[in-house]
Amino acid sequence: MNLELTYAETLSHEPKKWRAVLVTVLLSVLILGWSASAVQSNSTGGSGLAVAKGIVLGILHPTPSLLFTLGTNGVPYLLLETMSIAFLGTLVGAILALPFSFLGASNIVPKPVAYIVRLAVMAVRTIPPFVYGLMFIMVTGPGAFAGLLTMSCCSIGMLSKMFTESIEELDRGILESLDAAGCNTWDKIRYGILPQLMPSFSSTLIYRFDMNLRDASVLGLVGAGGIGAPLLFAMNSYRWNDVGAILLGLVILVLIVEWISSKLRTKLMRG
Amino acid sequence: MPKMSLYDKVFKPRSYTLESGQVIEEKRSRIPLVLLVLVILVITSGELTGFSLDTLVTRINYFFVILRDMVPPDWSYMPRVWQPLMDTIKMSLLGSVVGAVLCIPFSILCASNLVHNKVITAFFKFFYSLVRTLPTLVIALIATYIFGLGTFAGTVAIAVFTFAYCGKILYEQIETVDMGSHEALEALGMGRLSAIRYAVWPQVLPGFISNVLFCFEGNVRYASILGYVGAGGLGLILNERIGWMEYARVGMILLALFVTVVIIESVSSYFRKKLA
Repeated sequence: MNLELTYAETLSHEPKKWRAVLVTVLLSVLILGWSASAVQSNSTGGSGLAVAKGIVLGILHPTPSLLFTLGTNGVPYLLLETMSIAFLGTLVGAILALPFSFLGASNIVPKPVAYIVRLAVMAVRTIPPFVYGLMFIMVTGPGAFAGLLTMSCCSIGMLSKMFTESIEELDRGILESLDAAGCNTWDKIRYGILPQLMPSFSSTLIYRFDMNLRDASVLGLVGAGGIGAPLLFAMNSYRWNDVGAILLGLVILVLIVEWISSKLRTKLMRG
Repeated sequence: MPKMSLYDKVFKPRSYTLESGQVIEEKRSRIPLVLLVLVILVITSGELTGFSLDTLVTRINYFFVILRDMVPPDWSYMPRVWQPLMDTIKMSLLGSVVGAVLCIPFSILCASNLVHNKVITAFFKFFYSLVRTLPTLVIALIATYIFGLGTFAGTVAIAVFTFAYCGKILYEQIETVDMGSHEALEALGMGRLSAIRYAVWPQVLPGFISNVLFCFEGNVRYASILGYVGAGGLGLILNERIGWMEYARVGMILLALFVTVVIIESVSSYFRKKLA
């Protein structure tokens, strides 16, 4: 019997995948067609292009008085306020996320408990930011404080998910060797758990701060402080040069913060 | 003698003499410095945002006023939630697919192991981070001005967000693939594009699909916010009901969204586990 195969025979032995490919393609086309059925828009009557032009021109010619004044209406102050909201929001969010993340880690609590806690986190995450905004405005009144609390509630979901992942990756061997060396519980936490968790926790926090800074514009919808409200007002009244000034400031700030945060995070990862 | 940073010069490292007579130095911990900076930041931002623990503790019960009105949800409202809910899912599905497909060529242009021109890769990387800095809500708002109110604007906003998010992860993935097979295929005389198709693409595809699925999960949740600026979907009726202060109906909408998100997340995480 001849075991040698020619190239043509080898090729003919290739698994036939066309049926699977066909089914996948058909399914994808069906789903896309179904989802395309929802796409509709009320025509703007040709003013769309004018608006696009206005935005581009506005970004190219930002209002200098808005961009460079140091008063409470100027872009620098608004950016500073936004940064404060994002910073404290991330911190408070981390504090709120801590219990969730320890209770959601399946190596600490039994599986069913962890599952229920995760479901709860999902529920917390499903409530949109502006609903939280409304709730907190009832607590604190409109302003940056409400924005901060809203931001912290919106951070809980992602923070506790990432925290839980790093808790589940804890190396128990280190704890056992500390036990064997005669350490008590506090020593174990101080030398066994904290050094393992701190780098990933702080890296997550820095990343979330980055995201919060970007999402802070959502808070403007409900009057919860930050740069969002002036931006939305400017857009609704077609003041494109003001929009340009605010967007420019925000983009530059986010780029700088992103650059710093990625530097910090690589440093943390390398230890 | 290793180079000493400023911090080590101010706070001298602690030195120990070993039994062998060798002197070793332990650098002082950076933690006090980090803590000091953090405390200063917390105090200044607390001042700026008017943070007051007192208000929080005494008035926190007002937080639950709206929440209490939401339960029990108004079940009779459910028939009118279906349509916008489906719109939200469709918007995020289409937007995710369009964004994911669009980002493929751009990510290839970003990857420094496929394109050897530094200027091109740097330009497209900067383009990605520029798109990523624009908040999704602002994109949705701009889209409603350009394309008119409705789901199309929301779809565009989601596509742009997915484009920027998945694109960044995709080019980072492409840059870490094993280039051996690509070189081998080029040595056999294949063109650049077909070498990418047969050597690079199969390596990044599972990770890419998994990321797109993850992005889609988030997009369903995000699409419900976009309606707030008139970009269609659940946010539209959510905004309306909040305006009328019909919180039982708001609760119904949120419950529907929650169940949808849970279903989508468990399906997609099943597929992502298969892909990994």
